[in-house]
Amino acid sequence: MSASEASDLRDGPALDEAVTRARLEHTWRRPEGLWGWLVTVDHKEIGRRYIATALGFFALSGLLALTMRLQLALPESHLVGPDLYGQLFSMHGSAMMFLFAVPVMEAVAIYVVPLMCGTRNIAFPRLVAFSYWIYLCGGLFFFISFAGNTGADRGWFAYVPLSGPEYSPGKRVDTWAQMITFTEVAALAVSVALIVTILKQRAPGMSLDRMPLYLWAILVTSFMVLFAMPAVMLASSFLIMDRLIDTHFFNQAEGGSALLFQHLFWFFGHPEVYIIFIPALGFVSSIVATFARRPVFGHLPMVLALIATGILGFGLWVHHMFATGLPRLGNGFFTAASIMIAIPSGVQIFCWLATLWDGRPVFKTPLLYVLGFVFIFVLGGLTGVMVASVPLDLQVHDTYFVVAHFHYVLIGGAVFPLLGALHYHFPKITGRMPGERLGRLGFLLTFVGFNLAFFPMHILGLSGMPRRVYTYPSGLGWDGMNLLATIGAFTLAAGFLVFFLNLLLSLRRGAPAGDNPWGASTLEWATSSPPPVHAFAHVPLVRSREPLWEERESLPVVTGLRVDAREVLVTATVTAEPRVREPSPEPAIWPLLTALATTGLFIGSIYTPWAVVWGTVPVAVTLIGWFWPTKREQRKEKATEHAPGLAEAGA
Amino acid sequence: MNGFQSALHPAGPQALHIERLIWLFTGISAFVLLAVTVALLWAVFRRRERRDLAAEPRPPELRERRLGRVVGAAVALTVVLLFVLLTASFATDRRLLDLEGREQLTVHVIGHQWWWEIRYAHGEPARRVITANELHIPVGVPVRIELTSPDVIHSFWVPNLHGKQDLIPGSSNAITIEADRPGTYRGQCAEFCGLQHAFMAFLVVAEPEETFDAWYERQLAPAREPGNDQARRGREVFLRSACVMCHRIRGTSASATYGPDLTHLKSRQILAAGAVPDTRGHLAAWIADPQGIKPGARMPITALPPPDFQALLAYLETLE
Repeated sequence: MSASEASDLRDGPALDEAVTRARLEHTWRRPEGLWGWLVTVDHKEIGRRYIATALGFFALSGLLALTMRLQLALPESHLVGPDLYGQLFSMHGSAMMFLFAVPVMEAVAIYVVPLMCGTRNIAFPRLVAFSYWIYLCGGLFFFISFAGNTGADRGWFAYVPLSGPEYSPGKRVDTWAQMITFTEVAALAVSVALIVTILKQRAPGMSLDRMPLYLWAILVTSFMVLFAMPAVMLASSFLIMDRLIDTHFFNQAEGGSALLFQHLFWFFGHPEVYIIFIPALGFVSSIVATFARRPVFGHLPMVLALIATGILGFGLWVHHMFATGLPRLGNGFFTAASIMIAIPSGVQIFCWLATLWDGRPVFKTPLLYVLGFVFIFVLGGLTGVMVASVPLDLQVHDTYFVVAHFHYVLIGGAVFPLLGALHYHFPKITGRMPGERLGRLGFLLTFVGFNLAFFPMHILGLSGMPRRVYTYPSGLGWDGMNLLATIGAFTLAAGFLVFFLNLLLSLRRGAPAGDNPWGASTLEWATSSPPPVHAFAHVPLVRSREPLWEERESLPVVTGLRVDAREVLVTATVTAEPRVREPSPEPAIWPLLTALATTGLFIGSIYTPWAVVWGTVPVAVTLIGWFWPTKREQRKEKATEHAPGLAEAGA
Repeated sequence: MNGFQSALHPAGPQALHIERLIWLFTGISAFVLLAVTVALLWAVFRRRERRDLAAEPRPPELRERRLGRVVGAAVALTVVLLFVLLTASFATDRRLLDLEGREQLTVHVIGHQWWWEIRYAHGEPARRVITANELHIPVGVPVRIELTSPDVIHSFWVPNLHGKQDLIPGSSNAITIEADRPGTYRGQCAEFCGLQHAFMAFLVVAEPEETFDAWYERQLAPAREPGNDQARRGREVFLRSACVMCHRIRGTSASATYGPDLTHLKSRQILAAGAVPDTRGHLAAWIADPQGIKPGARMPITALPPPDFQALLAYLETLE
């Protein structure tokens, strides 16, 4: 041991501060250039990439929506035919849900969670890198298919038998089903990494009861992903098997069931909404606390509400199927459950209102988005209570009322907090302050445009306009509302444009941010902006729920992690006492290669079932490369061995 | 024509119950939204000494308990309101069943890509009316609609009369409707069913019982014998062209059932499941270029020399 001890270098009083930082920089640096870009396992770099890619898909899917709104602006319009329209709404829905909403929430979490935990890198960073590449490949494949006229055209839900082999020949549905597979794999991988990071890599002292609400939100979401995603993977795999190798899972004539697909799809599909929405609640809590200048009121009820939402979210799926003729008594239970989920949402809304009332709100752009969120989300939640009622749903189901409802929940409930969070985290990510004037203009346009675009749709739905129609006859009283919605949609798009333009301009022009420009309380603001590759020179020690408010100038730290090798500190799940010093993986090309091999398998399987057999060979080869043991990675030590600093922290 | 396909213009007891529920939910929702918005604006705009990011975050004080009481009260009120809504929803759901078991007429509605086949049930096979895209019902009589689909999932929806019910291949669903005032109400498929989902509409014509009976008798009759030479020639054109592969005209040898029954084509108000009105000009356009009117429709182009085409139109015009 003495030889290794001599070479071991740890941070601490014995080591000069400048040397520590230089050593850490050297240890955690990735190779330069393109190669380094491909092999990186830095959660900050992968997180930025993930965010940018998700926003790219957001823009593409948004353009599809604008095309639809142009087509629907006037009755009996011939701008877009039924075939292209079917692809437009299917691509829009699928890409927004699978390639934007879920991934972008995970993307921000990949960036923020490890910093908020006070750790140097995410758990399983290679898995996270793999997730990114798989996601990128799946998303590109989906949009390239669309460009090649094999875009999905059966809706984001792809109900059988319409999507089955008999009524959807060709490859369009297969590209949809495989895109699901790609994004599922990516989402599951990230969720595992986030759960482990949150449960095992929190800074010493950050026991569960001191954990920020955002981390709770991501923890709940990640568990939901683990339980929800397998259902849709089953649905899409059964579907693709029915289509490609003649199984009969959904073929009624051979004893299959068309409704089985709906159950599987919605058992995932409803929690999916909460998977998108719960991280947004985390953003709101962070922003409210920072800009109201006080901790969020009712920390414990907030945490319980998040967990309750996560559990109840799995008990609502049948409210998407009230018109299918299921037993009425069963429907009644789902009505009750769907109405009940309004209670935890209400608890959170009231706690934020109390926080804002008691605090001293500072009107910066992120807070404006949160205020917009409260209004829009409450409205969307109330129409959610409406669609939970069986008789009411029988009228509004599959009409524009539902389109209005879920855009209120998803744009108001998730995209508004997301924009607030992007503005809020921008200084941390880039080191520059985002502009306030353009930020406010962007908010104004998005808020007005959003309500103009989607509020009329409530009335359209009640006036009988069904969803997913490529055009409509005039004379049914729908013309004016549709035109209004189109005008609103373009205003909303202009708002998004201003928002992102502001961030792009601020990249260059923004004032230098400093470590903690908003005076926030959580650990990601304890390091410089942008953070160094190793994130923290010394692991922070947490002694309260708001560490940067309680101990603003002198945040205590623990020492004793190696500076000459990548190490993270593993702490106890509940108490966050230091337990083990765990090596953190070096950059590697294997995640990329494995992702490419997996992509080959997934895409190949659309054309021949043999791809599933032969495609496993390259996947196996790359996985063997990935997991080939190296001497360095076998080392794992009790945290307190040879590290007196950590022993003190534990005490 | 506003209100011709609308949940807010109920024309039957079912839709009326639901409409009342819609207004109850809307009223309570509006109250909650207003209350939250006012609370939000008050919370952020009430007067304060200092507002800046440098301000030290105040640690929670004893006030927390008072805040807690307010939040608790708000949550309790939420629970009460939700319970009211839940009860109202269940009560309405029960009321929707009132008509069940009292039906005096049963109609099988079969959803096809993209039109509606309508078959009236009757003990005597000879008295079963078969028609398409236009459902006649007597006013004040509960009618049981049995729903099946031979191809993909569709959804039967006439918002002025009731909510929707899906047609699922391999299983059968039913819904009971009643109109309590005469009128024509438009319905539309509400489950995405492929290319022409947008034009899978139908009309429900609610009429007094005598008018309905007269209509029923007329529909039972076979097609009228054409009255002039051109129409007779048109019938020959029909019977030797591709039309007979899909359509039936009772009283002739055309007896296919793939497409809509044309025996009383001209008694209907719409063509191609609502894509166009049933006029001579639209009928001509529909036969000459179905894909131009309804891209993706199963109806092929029937290329005919102009005299034959005119004769065919003349014949079809006699099918009243």
